[in-house]
Amino acid sequence: MEFEPKILGIACNWCTYTGADLAGTTRLSYPQNLRVVRVMCSSRINPSFIFRAFQLGADGVLVGGCHPGDCHYNTGNLYARRRLAVTKKILEFAGIEPERFRVEWISASEGNKFAEVVREFTEQVRNLGPQTKFKIEREPMPEKI
Amino acid sequence: MSRIGVFVCHCGLNIAKTVRVSELAKFASTLPDVVVAKDYKFMCSTPGQEMIANDIKKHKLDRVIVSACSPLMHEQTFRKVLENAGLNKYLVTIVNIREQVSWVTHDIEEGTAKAKAVLNGAVYRARLLGPLTSRVIDVNDDVMVVGAGIAGIQASLELANTGKKVYLIEKNSTIGGHMAQFDKTFPTLDCSACILTPKMDAVMQHKNITLMTYCEVSEVKGFVGNFDVTVRQKARYIDHSKCNGCLACTEKCPGKGVSEWDEGLVKRKAIHIPFPQAVPQRPIIDRDACVFFKKGKCRLCEKVCEHKAIDFEQQDTFTTVKVGAVIVATGYDLMDTQPLVQYGYGKYPGVYNALEVERLFNSTGPTGGKVTLRDGKEPQAIAILHCIGSRDKNNYEHCSRVCCMYSLKFSHLFKEKTTADVYQFYIDMRAAGKGYEEFYNRIIEEDVKFIRGKGARVAESADEPGRLVVEAEDTITGKFVKLPVDMVVLSPAMIPRSGSKEIARLFNLSTDKNGFFMERHPKLAPLSTMSEGIFIAGVCQSPKDIPDTVAQANGAAAEALTIVEKDKMELEATTAMVNPSSCCACQNCVRVCPYGAPFFNEQKGVSEINEALCKGCGLCASVCPASAIIARHFTNDQVLAEIEGLMEF
Repeated sequence: MEFEPKILGIACNWCTYTGADLAGTTRLSYPQNLRVVRVMCSSRINPSFIFRAFQLGADGVLVGGCHPGDCHYNTGNLYARRRLAVTKKILEFAGIEPERFRVEWISASEGNKFAEVVREFTEQVRNLGPQTKFKIEREPMPEKI
Repeated sequence: MSRIGVFVCHCGLNIAKTVRVSELAKFASTLPDVVVAKDYKFMCSTPGQEMIANDIKKHKLDRVIVSACSPLMHEQTFRKVLENAGLNKYLVTIVNIREQVSWVTHDIEEGTAKAKAVLNGAVYRARLLGPLTSRVIDVNDDVMVVGAGIAGIQASLELANTGKKVYLIEKNSTIGGHMAQFDKTFPTLDCSACILTPKMDAVMQHKNITLMTYCEVSEVKGFVGNFDVTVRQKARYIDHSKCNGCLACTEKCPGKGVSEWDEGLVKRKAIHIPFPQAVPQRPIIDRDACVFFKKGKCRLCEKVCEHKAIDFEQQDTFTTVKVGAVIVATGYDLMDTQPLVQYGYGKYPGVYNALEVERLFNSTGPTGGKVTLRDGKEPQAIAILHCIGSRDKNNYEHCSRVCCMYSLKFSHLFKEKTTADVYQFYIDMRAAGKGYEEFYNRIIEEDVKFIRGKGARVAESADEPGRLVVEAEDTITGKFVKLPVDMVVLSPAMIPRSGSKEIARLFNLSTDKNGFFMERHPKLAPLSTMSEGIFIAGVCQSPKDIPDTVAQANGAAAEALTIVEKDKMELEATTAMVNPSSCCACQNCVRVCPYGAPFFNEQKGVSEINEALCKGCGLCASVCPASAIIARHFTNDQVLAEIEGLMEF
């Protein structure tokens, strides 16, 4: 069977998540390998979210935010941009192919771009094969919290 | 241990077509803490909502997961269901299996698998959710309207008539917008000024409207219910508190500037009012055209002004206005057609754009309402070219909606005022609107010639010097047409008003690919925006005619009322908080917050967050090196749990 990568998407509520909704509303199809977590702003993204996703077996991580300068919270994505650039360096340093991590600025009106990015990125990650460097054995989900 | 209920929506076949919904519900019932899982045709309908409410009671649920459309669509609906059933509304989780699953795949296997994974993530996250308390804030009663064209005027009058105080901001020195430039309006051909100027006057006279002309918004702070908007009053160099509008100054002024009002067809004085019916009837000095500002001497206006109202020292001033809601109605510009060199606009004097022609028809215009070319001659043949830059993938893909109709209006007026032959070059005739098709039929009867084919090129006539030739392909006969004319009217694409990018930034509005402001939902919330408390009306949202603009303005006024009518309102509880025992006092949060919500409490030696200012972006939580800041509803644990759930399948 062909390798089907698992891709985590983290999208900001105002631009990329809405753009992803628009891709749906306009019925653009793209590969189903992406699972999206919604946060209010890309600046909410703690690098640990990304590292943890790779630990849990993600083969790629895609982060989406508003275009720099268009952040719903004025400056949030500018902080995110820097932080995620460093995150990419750290991933590379730790031995993960940098092509497994991608940051894209996708506005609420760019449903097309969202679908295009997902198609491209899924293909790219598929070609890289399974990510094993960070992956750990999962513990079973605790019954009680 | 929590008790979770999962409710899977079919959304008719929208979801059920590419996701096996009953299998998804069965899968959900195997997940930890899930005590009940059901699927239903329309979860948002009354029976669907009742089903959730009943199950909350019957199964003593303390978490609800609705697997349906995007949370941006119905999160509020389902929050209300929980609230009515006595559960905290933040304990509902929406799983988006429509916009981001069923609608983006054709494969039911893939769709079902992805739906399972995202539902699993939601269950993981839901287990860690906690109840939150909404903040209740006082609401300011007043409203600001930005832009005083017909949309802004209408919205302001409606609001003011309900007794609300309105601040109407206009960047030009008069209100009225484009509508005041027109002579007649389609399809009734009633006189634009006759229906608009009484409204302009009503704005001026209304005791509840504070009119701020020649002003621009320079800063917006605060949030829904409590905006602090700083407005820049541009220097007019005339003290309007002293000026009585006698206009003696405008007679003597030797300075000449381009008349924006007459679309650059003529010059006007440096000290001027844009047009005789301008509101307010007070002049301003155009600094770039003023002889004194250019050469350092003149001051003729100062000498003739009996009221000592001229003030060359005047500076821009800033005032901050507190309002509860804002309506943005900034309107449009016509696309600059000069770069479309094939049409020769700016090169051949016989080529005009639509707004220039509006001015030619108008009795207050440069020709006093006579249709003459720039050389003073009356045209013998006129071609009107539709869709210049719009419906054009190389420029703007959108249809500007009004051009077909105003082009028909032009034909009628040309026929009325000249003896010229009038030709319409069109792609399709779009006459959708009350009385529009009838108007089209009437114009056909008036001996206007229709050529179905987009104007391709305007060139100088080789045979008759001074005349123009329009080239096009007549798509009905399939023949190439070369038509000699004296005058060409371009109907350019309508685009957002210059400066609307800045307005979008100030008010946090999203824009579409052409720069028009985006509505919250294209069908169900066409006047709201993603920024709560900010509404849009008129062409700034998308091209539309005057009736639609007025209807939108009334709607936006009603929307604004739903906010400012309240004394108090609830704000999202999803703010950040500091856990003082972990705070390391680095003050990173204080430095990064764009709203100044976190502050350092010197006495306690820790950071604290002013919840009234927090908008819940979560930036502070991720810059906190001690993880002392908790972004409510998006805590590290909650997000990490969701990721864990998503990556399991």
